[in-house]
Amino acid sequence: MKSSVIIFPGSNCDRDMDVALKKFGFKNQMVWHNDPRIPKSDLIVLPGGFSYGDYLRCGSIAAKSKIIKSVIEFANSGGLVLGICNGFQILTETGLLPGILQQNKYQKFICKNVYVKINDKENKYFKNIKKEILELHIAHNEGNYFCSEDELKSLNDNNQIAVTYCNENGNDAEEFNPNGALKNIAGIFSKNKNILGMMPHPERMIDKCLSSNDGNFFFENLIENLK
Amino acid sequence: MKVKVIVTLKEGVLDPQGKAIQQTLNGMGFAEVNQVRQGKYFDIEVNIEDEKKAKSKVDEMCKKLLANLVIEDYKIL
Repeated sequence: MKSSVIIFPGSNCDRDMDVALKKFGFKNQMVWHNDPRIPKSDLIVLPGGFSYGDYLRCGSIAAKSKIIKSVIEFANSGGLVLGICNGFQILTETGLLPGILQQNKYQKFICKNVYVKINDKENKYFKNIKKEILELHIAHNEGNYFCSEDELKSLNDNNQIAVTYCNENGNDAEEFNPNGALKNIAGIFSKNKNILGMMPHPERMIDKCLSSNDGNFFFENLIENLK
Repeated sequence: MKVKVIVTLKEGVLDPQGKAIQQTLNGMGFAEVNQVRQGKYFDIEVNIEDEKKAKSKVDEMCKKLLANLVIEDYKIL
């Protein structure tokens, strides 16, 4: 399985993602934002970080960069696109995913481990995953997901809410919402579920001696589903 | 010519920075402040002399980049 991680000026989770993808068997390539095209891939990843210094709005400049046209074409042809953290922000700014990530409700940069619950398994990302409540890491200032009422209804109707913040038992009450996100939303799918954007970082959770290793469930499962 | 644009959050969209500014102003003794909404201001110089044409170009820029219409409104001055 081939994957490509796109690097923008200011991306800083690109190498962690590279390590994670390779650990689970992906042949990963790094692609610079000014490269004319993306090599043949089964998965494209937009990594976390602060692309273009978060100027204007997080992800807004990356969403108009040269390489993004190829990402949009790939996504529209059904290719798998995963956006983590800033990658999620970029996906909303391109319009590939609905809504926007606003500043956290309490105006603080949040850096901590959280639990998220997988809400839908009828997709390439989570089908057959062995664990449904994952301990992952978040590190963001703008993770407060917001969309219009119509968009929220459509997200619900099409089972596009991918993961929600919860406690270790899967209770996704408001008190377990770290950033004020609408309905505790931590990640969403596109309509046909080939695009996933989420704030938590599975790539930071792949080694027991550094962190939890719940990210392993995610990557192991993803590559199995792609085979 | 120069075109000026103001981008603000839509009514009803949470503006934590505006809220913090309002509370600070209240704390400083400006008890008359009921609400503050924060926004962005752009000064755009375009090489179009016709005002109508320039503004229509800037309108396109607002829609495509300067404002995110999910949460923001814009005003061309």
